Amino acid sequence: MQYEAVIGLEIHVQIKTRTKMFTAAPYEYGAAPNTLTDAVVLGLPGTLPVLNHTAIEKCAKLGLMLGCEIAEVCKWDRKNYFYPDSPKNYQLTQNEEPLCIGGKVEIELPGPSRNVEGEHRWVALNRIHLEEDPGKLTHEAFETVIDFNRAGVPLAEIVTEPDMSSSAEAVAFLNCLRNMIVYAGISDCDMEKGQMRCDANVSLRPVGSDKLGTRTEMKNLNSISNVKAAIEYEIERQTEILEEGGSITQETRRWDVESGTSFSLRSKEEAHDYRYFPDPDLMPVQMDRARVAELEAELPERPLDKQRRYQEELGLPFTITSVLCVDRELSEFFEEALKTHNAPKQIANYITNDLLRELSAVSEHGESAHSVSQSKLTPAHIATLAKIIDEGVISKQIGKEVFTEMFQTGEMPDAIVEKKGLKQSNDTGEIEALCREAIAGNAKAVGQFKDGNEKALNALKGPVMKATKGKANPAMLDQLLKKLIDEG
Amino acid sequence: MSDLHFKTISELAAMLAAGETTSVEITQAVIDRTAAVDAQVKAFLSTDTEDALAQAKASDERRAAGKALGPLDGIPIGIKDTLAVKDQPLRCASKMLENYVSPYDATCIVKLREAGAVIWGRLNMDEFAMGSSTENSAYQTTANPWDLETIPGGSSGGSAAAMAAGEAIATLGTDTGGSIRQPAALCGVVGMKPTYGLISRYGLVAFASSLDQVGPFARTVEDAAILMEAMLGKDDLDSTSIAPQGETNYSEALKTKKGPWKLGVPQEFFGEGIDPEVKANIEKAIDWYKSQGCEIVDISLPHSELAVPVYYIVATAEASSNLARFDGVRYSHRSEEAKDAMTLFTKSRGEGFGDEVKRRIILGTYVLSSGYYDAYYLRAQKVRRLILGDFEKAFEQVDAILTPTSPTPAFKRGERADDPLAMYLSDVYTISVNLAGLPAISVPSGFTESGLPIGLQVIGKAFGEADMFAVANAFEKAHDYAQQTPTL
Repeated sequence: MQYEAVIGLEIHVQIKTRTKMFTAAPYEYGAAPNTLTDAVVLGLPGTLPVLNHTAIEKCAKLGLMLGCEIAEVCKWDRKNYFYPDSPKNYQLTQNEEPLCIGGKVEIELPGPSRNVEGEHRWVALNRIHLEEDPGKLTHEAFETVIDFNRAGVPLAEIVTEPDMSSSAEAVAFLNCLRNMIVYAGISDCDMEKGQMRCDANVSLRPVGSDKLGTRTEMKNLNSISNVKAAIEYEIERQTEILEEGGSITQETRRWDVESGTSFSLRSKEEAHDYRYFPDPDLMPVQMDRARVAELEAELPERPLDKQRRYQEELGLPFTITSVLCVDRELSEFFEEALKTHNAPKQIANYITNDLLRELSAVSEHGESAHSVSQSKLTPAHIATLAKIIDEGVISKQIGKEVFTEMFQTGEMPDAIVEKKGLKQSNDTGEIEALCREAIAGNAKAVGQFKDGNEKALNALKGPVMKATKGKANPAMLDQLLKKLIDEG
Repeated sequence: MSDLHFKTISELAAMLAAGETTSVEITQAVIDRTAAVDAQVKAFLSTDTEDALAQAKASDERRAAGKALGPLDGIPIGIKDTLAVKDQPLRCASKMLENYVSPYDATCIVKLREAGAVIWGRLNMDEFAMGSSTENSAYQTTANPWDLETIPGGSSGGSAAAMAAGEAIATLGTDTGGSIRQPAALCGVVGMKPTYGLISRYGLVAFASSLDQVGPFARTVEDAAILMEAMLGKDDLDSTSIAPQGETNYSEALKTKKGPWKLGVPQEFFGEGIDPEVKANIEKAIDWYKSQGCEIVDISLPHSELAVPVYYIVATAEASSNLARFDGVRYSHRSEEAKDAMTLFTKSRGEGFGDEVKRRIILGTYVLSSGYYDAYYLRAQKVRRLILGDFEKAFEQVDAILTPTSPTPAFKRGERADDPLAMYLSDVYTISVNLAGLPAISVPSGFTESGLPIGLQVIGKAFGEADMFAVANAFEKAHDYAQQTPTL
């Protein structure tokens, strides 16, 4: 029998807020253990939670970005369970009435090659709810230590419908989701810093069946490659069991990165009874519709929508839009540059080729990844460079030299051209003399050109460019050479 | 200066203003009285005389500089061991918090300090406020100053007994199902529970969040009003606190509101289980109101018979979750036998909590567990709404409701200790008020033949404290019960 996988994901995203979910204690990744706590975070006797409205608004914005309906009222429930990382031994979450309902995310599957756009489809969401993160346990040889810095940080839990059927779809979903969340400024989604974590539910069913099989849940996958590997492993594991006539046990499993295998944590029978009930310390939150409308108006364009627009309106190829639109900063840099000089292709090329190359070179030598905002270049730099090339002030060749210089110094390209005397030579007399020399010195190339080989002209251009240090106007040079050969 | 310790806040405020005494003298009188009688009464779990005298000295200096703060400036107030006072033990009369010292002040304490009050001593209680006799304290059993063989009521028994014995000018208690009013009645002092939300719960170690309220014990209704004025108000640290509505200048309202009132008497409160002496006493009090021209209206609170079972579902459910933070991981008792996380939890809690607390945690865990939630917790919340509905209907006809505070006078120590159900009925007249979130006050209404105090309960509308105080004040002023003190 042929089986197909049914996959649903639960993604926890740390919402970027200045303070924690229920108190004014700050949060920052990497701070010394237990320095970012207060009486409320530690659940000291007598303390009470007070809602951080920024977290609510950011989660609502996330919901709107992902096409969810924003609830009229959302409520807080207590999820009761004992665990040493949990200061109150209950977690405040939204069980019965979450903030965001439904929703769908457009994903782009990988194309046949990097340069070819893949198929697009939609993945349906069930809900997004808010909850607080617990602390962090570190197990050492003979003891366990707890850092409560992370305790109380707002998490949005995005729950999909079982709407994916392969690890590739799950990966595509996570990538698209991450782009959208970063775009909307809700989280940086840095999985290494635990800002985005994923649980994967996997079940199998015979192809063509519409009934769901027994599922297993893989907990706390902390990189996209782990998600991919864990899902593939689980599909294979379940397939083997089913093919041997066995049945799947509903259980929670843990992925072990080292061995590339998973093991059972607990079965359905051992599952927790969380004894959910409405938190009596927090009032239900009435969502202000006018404010929700404002948040919706503030949403950025979705990355895939932007990509489509660049392709359709600006005629940019997929190879460029797929690079330009992944990063909101980059695409905004691009759009800003267009305001100075409306040459989408040239500018996009400078950004996706030269700028990114220089940035990654800096990153390789420097400490952390370099972003556009950290470089000395502004959209005006790139736009001006494209402009002076288009106007024939310098050649493309010289443009590369100018680019490197302006990236390093932050000087404007026209100033560099002026300072270094890189302006194209339009002195026809000098160029004509050089051209005659070149024609005289390379009869072979002249012959080839006459036989219809356009490229042969390059052999003649070379010496002229060399003699003028690249400043000869290439268009003029082209014209002159052809004219002189015709005449000769 | 003799008997300063039995004077009222308003008397002492006048004396302080006239320069007839000082806060240091008053505080010293209270300290001396405590030293003299507390070996018999056992109201205090700890005192910090040095700290109290330093606060008193600061008050006197303020006054000398012409910066006296108001009627509470310089008045020593005893605090129930469940309210957080910075740098003082906060044990909730439990072994669980044996070595715990609060790093912060409860909001009500902050407000009392702002009013200049001298924060004085930690008062005994039933462990985590669970009980009706103060026999559940892990440290000591408080005696009723009127008869040392009897209990002072509970759970704020220490606060009530300290008042009756003159060991404080006023005290604070907390009331979840009658824990201020019942001991006030049994100890012959005034005890008051405000409308839910009127006083912040921040810094009150939670027993049952949706029922708990902080409230004053005082010698007179006027003193209780003065304390309430100092403590009420919306608190940013407690989401369930509410901005006061209506008349909040209570001490002024006592002078201006003269009646006659329409007073409701619920027949359900005079049936089975009431002590004949209590019944006769309260009927006499009702007759007095009638003689003053008040209209006495027979009202019905048909769901009040369900109040006790509903209370023990709601309160224990919330308690099971609220007390989960006492797990031995951070600041609470840690078992020396703990070997791993699970035994750390179970052994620490097993050793740290007393029987009544365990009984309620188990009951609360049961009523919230999956499969029983709908049958118990959810249904109890529905009945709770019916109970509130009964009161709302009654208040369409009347200004306040009169009932006995406790069905019996103080009983002998140990008499009901092994019969939790009989003990639970001690609060039968007070519990429905907590479920409905209403204000109520107990005023001394006479004595039994054997000399034990009896209390009259006046229940007000939500935020109807001003009327409630006025009704109680009228009775108090026409009788001398409040001026009587036990011989110790």
